Amino acid sequence: MTGPAGRRDAEGRYDVPLTVAEPGADPARANGHRPAAAADEPDPAVTDEPVAAGSAHPAATEEPAGGAHAGREPAPPGPAVPDRPGDHWDRKVAAGLAFLRRRLSGDYEVDEFGFDPQLTEAVFHPVLRLLYRDWFRTEVTGIEHVPAEGAGLVVGNHSGAVALDALILSAALHDQHPAHRFLRLLGADLVFRMPVVSELARKSGGTVACNPDAERLLGGGELVGVFPEGFKGVGKLYSERYKLQRFGRGGFVSAALRTGTPIVPVAIVGGEEIYPMLADIKPLARLLKLPYFPVTPTFPWLGPLGMVPLPSKWLIEFCPPIPTAHLTDSADDPLVVFNLADQVRETIQQTLHKLLERRPDPFGP
Amino acid sequence: MTPGGTPGAPGVVVVTGVGRYLGAHVAARLAADPRIERVIGIDPPGSGAELTELLDRVERIQVDLGSLGGLLADLDVDAVVHLALVSAPDPQHGGRAAMKEQNVIGTMQLLAACQRASRLRKLVIRSSTAAYGASFRDPAVFTEETEPREVPRGGFGRDILDIEGYVRGFRRRRTDVTATVLRFAPFIGSTADTTLTRYFSQPLVPTVFGRDPRLQFLHFDDALEVLHRSIVEDHPGTYNVAGPGVLSLSQAIRRAGRVAVPVLEPGLSGAAALARTLGFGRIGLDQVDLFVHGRVVDTSRLEREYAFTPRSTATAFDDFIRAHHGGAVVTREQLAAAERLVLDGIRQVRSTVRERS
Repeated sequence: MTGPAGRRDAEGRYDVPLTVAEPGADPARANGHRPAAAADEPDPAVTDEPVAAGSAHPAATEEPAGGAHAGREPAPPGPAVPDRPGDHWDRKVAAGLAFLRRRLSGDYEVDEFGFDPQLTEAVFHPVLRLLYRDWFRTEVTGIEHVPAEGAGLVVGNHSGAVALDALILSAALHDQHPAHRFLRLLGADLVFRMPVVSELARKSGGTVACNPDAERLLGGGELVGVFPEGFKGVGKLYSERYKLQRFGRGGFVSAALRTGTPIVPVAIVGGEEIYPMLADIKPLARLLKLPYFPVTPTFPWLGPLGMVPLPSKWLIEFCPPIPTAHLTDSADDPLVVFNLADQVRETIQQTLHKLLERRPDPFGP
Repeated sequence: MTPGGTPGAPGVVVVTGVGRYLGAHVAARLAADPRIERVIGIDPPGSGAELTELLDRVERIQVDLGSLGGLLADLDVDAVVHLALVSAPDPQHGGRAAMKEQNVIGTMQLLAACQRASRLRKLVIRSSTAAYGASFRDPAVFTEETEPREVPRGGFGRDILDIEGYVRGFRRRRTDVTATVLRFAPFIGSTADTTLTRYFSQPLVPTVFGRDPRLQFLHFDDALEVLHRSIVEDHPGTYNVAGPGVLSLSQAIRRAGRVAVPVLEPGLSGAAALARTLGFGRIGLDQVDLFVHGRVVDTSRLEREYAFTPRSTATAFDDFIRAHHGGAVVTREQLAAAERLVLDGIRQVRSTVRERS
């Protein structure tokens, strides 16, 4: 439902930087007419004719530069005008090439945590979208509980051997939320220890789960996602599914309290079945310096094929936010922190039970 | 403390390390300030004369920091700017041992001399953001209060931690002296020649595979400005000095039109060690750690207390690119031309296909 619309929206937004002439100026402006045209196109989509003309012009102006055949060929721009689908593809190719050029010339912005919104929207989210919408058939409810602006701390249950649920949550939230907010995930330091993975985590908006980073993000009005169970949640056996593990030291609560940020508990059902973990080979895990080594019905027996997640049915429910603005002074009061952590934990656990009743068959439609 | 306030600029200023690029420029700049009566430059005996044209208004004393003794007291020095730090071992001048001698022992001796200088009111120490070390559990952004989680592997980082420790001791013993510690991000600019500028000037730039560190640079002119203000104004404490904003390493390399060559981390450490022993290249473990972890600092305290914002990391880097444009392998113009070419090609193919059908 929101899929195609969301996608168009997204395209519209990462077209915006196109029109903003970067300080890099000259070369960008030399072929500036094309990005400008590409950026204009989504809007006049209502009035078809001017669009076609608009996209035909740049081609026409370039043709003379192209060479001798320019004179006898008004043809290349010709077919583009009457033929609508061709025009659409032309635009797509032009946008894709412009994106590639901007990436290759370093013409994009990265924030101080290493978050690259352009790359996230153009590359990571489309992949995750396929996964959460078509593979897991995810249904999201209670999205109205996620604040449209300002800081928010989204606290969820963790599951599924690899932390796929965090990525699915961030992509689904971005697509379904009316303000298309990015969820800034807090990850274990193991994530940032691994090459490639650490790079992807930072570029998609993640950072190390520590109080300075959490408070800095929340202080900057960002939406932060955290999974207080940590490895205890992802590394638990299938028989333990949907039983919330201990919530650690409640560092996430004190971060919320210090910044007066509302806590939005979220229950995620479906993540436990994607890699049903039958056993944990502890010696091997120690050898590889991992917190656990999962054995699932398919992994490691089928090798890389065993890494394909089973197509379970996913339900995500955001619960009403728990305000903390009135507790800002008690950030260092352990009792308040533990009570609040318990409250969040209870809310998630009960919502999990409710969602599980709504989904009798884990692999249903 | 008030931003921009000048409660009497010091009369006699001593600058160490004037034989080097930063020291010479700072000394020249202070000498040009009419509020300062006398600028005395100190550098070790036998140091080069390449920067002398900058220093015609600076009195130069060639003396080892070790034999400074009562010199500072005899000169009635009001302020000391300590810039004589070496950021990478130079094999031609004694390598790592000489570097440590200069950084740690030199600073100790200077601070000992400062303690005896009764008129001294101000001490400005050059430090580095390397003081935060490098660890996987580090927060993304360091504030001045962040403690390093692990002692850095690189020599420079360890020296910086030692130096800051000695300055803390000096602060306790001489509470009447305003001590300013400036933690500088790596310098960059159109003329500065540093390990990093040499690194980005190569056509093929080695990077660590699977890592894209976040970097911050400080424009050289802004470093001069902050040092100047530290002397003529009063800013006790420790400050991060860096250009706001962030460039990732891959982004910086692309903007500079260079080509990144990812190398596996153990390989890079080994290659760096090999290059060091063979006597070329000054990429050390400090740099390797920086290229694995990246380093971003919060500069809001500087902006608040100095009422000065250095130009952003991206702007400073642009300035560097403009000065080193010649070595670019892939330019923006070429990329734009390639884009146009591919697009035109596709358009032509499609139009001919359509004509036939």
